[in-house]
Amino acid sequence: MSDVLKRRFTEQIKIMFGWEPGKPEQITERAQQVHVLKRMTNKQDLQAVKAHLRSHEIKSNKWRNRRWITLIISNLLFTFSFFLDIQILEGALTASRFVGFHLIDLNSALQVMLAHKHIINNLVIGTGTVLLLWALLGGRTFCSWVCPYHLLAEWAEKLHLYLVKKKLVTDQTMDRRLRTVFWIIFALLAVATGYTVFEAISPTGILSRALIYGPGLALLWVLALLFFEVFFSRRAWCRYACPIGLTYGVVGIISPVRIKYKLDGCFHEGDCRKVCLVPHVLETVIKGRAVDVEVPIGPDCTRCGLCVDVCPTGSLSFEVKGLQKLM
Amino acid sequence: MIENETDRKAVAASTPPLSKAKKQTNRRRFLRTTLLTGGVLGAALSGFLPLIYSQKKRLRPPGALDEKDFLGSCIKCGQCVQVCPVQAIKLADLIDGVGVGTPYIDARNQACDFSCDAVQCVLACPTGSLTYHKPDFLPVRAGAALLAKPILLAKEKDAEPTLNMHERIGVARLSRPEACLAIQGKGFKGQARGADFKGHLRYMEVDRWKPIKVSDHKYDVDECDLCVRACPIKGAISIETVFAPDGSKRNSPVVHEPCVGCGVCEMICPVEPTCITIEAGEVWKI
Repeated sequence: MSDVLKRRFTEQIKIMFGWEPGKPEQITERAQQVHVLKRMTNKQDLQAVKAHLRSHEIKSNKWRNRRWITLIISNLLFTFSFFLDIQILEGALTASRFVGFHLIDLNSALQVMLAHKHIINNLVIGTGTVLLLWALLGGRTFCSWVCPYHLLAEWAEKLHLYLVKKKLVTDQTMDRRLRTVFWIIFALLAVATGYTVFEAISPTGILSRALIYGPGLALLWVLALLFFEVFFSRRAWCRYACPIGLTYGVVGIISPVRIKYKLDGCFHEGDCRKVCLVPHVLETVIKGRAVDVEVPIGPDCTRCGLCVDVCPTGSLSFEVKGLQKLM
Repeated sequence: MIENETDRKAVAASTPPLSKAKKQTNRRRFLRTTLLTGGVLGAALSGFLPLIYSQKKRLRPPGALDEKDFLGSCIKCGQCVQVCPVQAIKLADLIDGVGVGTPYIDARNQACDFSCDAVQCVLACPTGSLTYHKPDFLPVRAGAALLAKPILLAKEKDAEPTLNMHERIGVARLSRPEACLAIQGKGFKGQARGADFKGHLRYMEVDRWKPIKVSDHKYDVDECDLCVRACPIKGAISIETVFAPDGSKRNSPVVHEPCVGCGVCEMICPVEPTCITIEAGEVWKI
């Protein structure tokens, strides 16, 4: 990895914890050349190419559909394992057994470890397995590909964006550092009180249990969150609050599965940033910001693939680091 | 390149002060962020209610740690719910006040009758909230510890007849002796809890491996001793002759030390409301 990308790597981690992305201080020569060439391109030519590409653009929801199917199937697998007693995936998202193997959600496990201060073997095995799994699969991939709240929030977001378009509501943004603050507060509360407070309000846990063991009044809290997101702040829980996202984000730092940005063909139109849950990870697509001709997107990315679907130039794509070397 | 960098730094250092509008936006944003913080933490505080109301005790599944440790270690996955053959374990809701998603047993509706033999819920628990082996640093309350491993009547003749439990989850108590049929010398005939009762119980004489509906089992006893008949633990309850305050002799169910607090007696008691109840988390007092 070049020095430029190394610097970007650490910066992306800081951005995940809530720092605002800034202009890059260092850009590789090749990338600089591309930036210069882009500035030199005749405007009319550029418009013509853009229009041409737009007219041939294939609207695709490939990754979104794959993701929704995966999310729904994995959650229903829990439901049917219990309902039909087929015992494939027993438990809930917080902790389960996949054909006998323990799987334990990293954030729940952390909360229990901090609160109870005693770690039994099953907890270690389950946590280790899940840690390995998501380190390989992309960390926050959990959020967009498995978390049931993500799907509901995605639908709520559509409603929110519709209302924004109708000028009935505006997106009230917040300080992203809040999520880190919540993470620390909930960790400290667990240690200090010996009680897993976050688990009581985690919409992921509440929804997962509701899907498996039947609905309960705890769903009112989930509804309140969705209501807040529709009428006040776009994707507020996932963006500014959820400590689960940060936990998995940290796991994803070293993950080989990620989105890759290619500077060459990008028109810097910003469609990707409009659909993105975490647009701060896509700062690199802004004109003149890419530090290299190929830039991996940072760990706060949920690998949902919406940007891949929406990009008219194919400048964003899924990448598995090292896979090409292996094959 | 280096020149570029210094240029940029110089630009950054000389950034003009924020405009009034920008400042206001920033202030509003800060206020909103604070509000969201307050909202989420406020909701989180409600999560503490079960700790504050921990006097309101619910019967936890067998092998449960003491309430506070239990609340700290339960990961709320419901695997105990899934393995229970009689579906005795339920997950608490918001208004139950015992911790959202934590398991409890409503013994009157469906008690744990140990028809799984090996205490499956303990085996299923991934965090040790339900456990055979309490970690050394957690104290055992006096009277919570069982003097001996309880013998499960269903496997009394097996090589290993005991349940590997070291502590009780509660104790049965004759809560309404005045209504108890045994004390009144009355018998009982019919379905213990009526035709609509959905609870299950293992009847050894019917099927060793499959619990059946209580309503499918008709009783006919001259003197009611249903609690004693149904009790899955050896020596936990018996009908004894006791002296009433007026000096007359009566028969009465008497709970003994091996009682683990499973709640089968509470479930089977044919009187409405039940004459015998489990006191969750209670210890054996001599």
